Amino acid sequence: MRAAGVLKRAGLVVALPAVLLVVWWFSSAGSTSFYAPPLSKILGTFAETWTVERLRADVLPSLLRLAAGYAVAVLVGVALGVLVGSIRTVRATLEPVLEFFRAIPPPVLVPIIMLFAGIENTMKIVVIAAGCVWPILLNTVEGVRATDEVLSDTARSYGLTGPARLRHLVLPAASPQIAAGMRQALSIGIILMVISEMFAASNGLGFTIVQFQRTFAIPQMWTGILLLGLLGFALSVLFRFVEMRALAWYHGLRQAQRSS
Amino acid sequence: MLDVQGLRKVYDGRQRQVEAVRDLTFTIDDGDLVCLVGPSGCGKTTLLKCMAGLLPPTSGEVRLRGRPVTGPPPGMAVVFQEYGRSLFPWMSVRDNVELPLRQKRIARGKRRELVDEALAAVGLADTHNAYPWQLSGGMQQRVAIARAVAYQPDVLLMDEPFAAVDAQTRADLEDLIRQLWQRLGVTILFVTHDIDEAVYLGQRVLILSSSPTVVQESLRIDLPDTRDQLHTRAEPRFTQLRGHVYEQIQAAKRGQRPPAQAGRP
Repeated sequence: MRAAGVLKRAGLVVALPAVLLVVWWFSSAGSTSFYAPPLSKILGTFAETWTVERLRADVLPSLLRLAAGYAVAVLVGVALGVLVGSIRTVRATLEPVLEFFRAIPPPVLVPIIMLFAGIENTMKIVVIAAGCVWPILLNTVEGVRATDEVLSDTARSYGLTGPARLRHLVLPAASPQIAAGMRQALSIGIILMVISEMFAASNGLGFTIVQFQRTFAIPQMWTGILLLGLLGFALSVLFRFVEMRALAWYHGLRQAQRSS
Repeated sequence: MLDVQGLRKVYDGRQRQVEAVRDLTFTIDDGDLVCLVGPSGCGKTTLLKCMAGLLPPTSGEVRLRGRPVTGPPPGMAVVFQEYGRSLFPWMSVRDNVELPLRQKRIARGKRRELVDEALAAVGLADTHNAYPWQLSGGMQQRVAIARAVAYQPDVLLMDEPFAAVDAQTRADLEDLIRQLWQRLGVTILFVTHDIDEAVYLGQRVLILSSSPTVVQESLRIDLPDTRDQLHTRAEPRFTQLRGHVYEQIQAAKRGQRPPAQAGRP
């Protein structure tokens, strides 16, 4: 029955985290360490630390900056990726330069970005975008290059050129690969969201956690870390949900190929 | 309708140049069903790609309705062997068949009509909303044929379209092609390595030599117009014709050229 199936799947998802939490609870129960308080104490302070006002004042701006940086990374990454993947000379020219810049971790670039973008929202969005763009760009290039030759010949023979070719052939064919890049970029984005707020910020989730750390509000700090993890999980689930719908054709195709 | 003059294609490899096609000259008239058959590796696919404007020839010319073919011309539709890779997997069957018509800027109502007719003509009237990967191989190739038919091309090029389907499906599809040809009067050039198929389907069979390729022979098939998998293939004339084609191909494989070419390097 479907209900049993859903319950079973939900059970599998929750099982290991539940076990880990229980282990954490009991192993930290009698803890007197200042930096590692008992889980019971951490959970106790959760509700009073993350009130609705704080969520609105700190978590929301962080998420909005993440969304903006991610969106910029997707637009730039896909546009540039299609260009680089389609034209051989562009790829040959740009590849060494891209490899060079890709190797530099964005956190290292933060002080430099601060010189150009200041210390307000723009800086944080640029940092997030600068880190997220790489997996998207490189995956787009690969996806575009791997367009099936027979499909490409078919499209050409039916007069599919220019923007129509992009819309009906290149982008859909590369979309599974692009989605994989976007998935990686999401993880990177969450990390950069926090890091960008550690250098110079006045609000944000990462800023708040670091503030707690600096003011020795350790249980509160831990609640912040837990919240960050939950947020990452929630975003990941949301991504999977959207991807399953948008790429339903691809999953169907893979399923059909596997069973044949 | 379709005129091939002195077509030559040389591939530039790293170490050597490979002359795949030396000199192909033939004409296909409006409404013909011509089969192209030859030994393996004789450049049938190269020829087809040059004719479709997908590959530029080294020299020689292809003309469609008198106009030279330099890129894929609007009056031509191609059906490839690999049906799984020629249909767009992110679109439904109907959208796949409709896409070339949208490119041609045909009005929506007319498009719908053409798509419905084409899918009905190939026997897939109730799979409009399915995705290609949900269908069997034979059905996928029917969708590719429907797409070509809906496009209303002047010439339909088919590159070994039934080589990758099972024998029974192949028999059905061969009959489908003849039906479509007789009903719609479309000009068809059918490339195959299957001698029986070439004789069964064609009005005329062009036998190609081995590489570097020339036209070995152009054979008129004088079997009756109504053909039947069971009876036509049992006729003595069929056996004679296919025997002749087979002999010619064997001669081609041994390097024997047609008399007019003998003595040329």
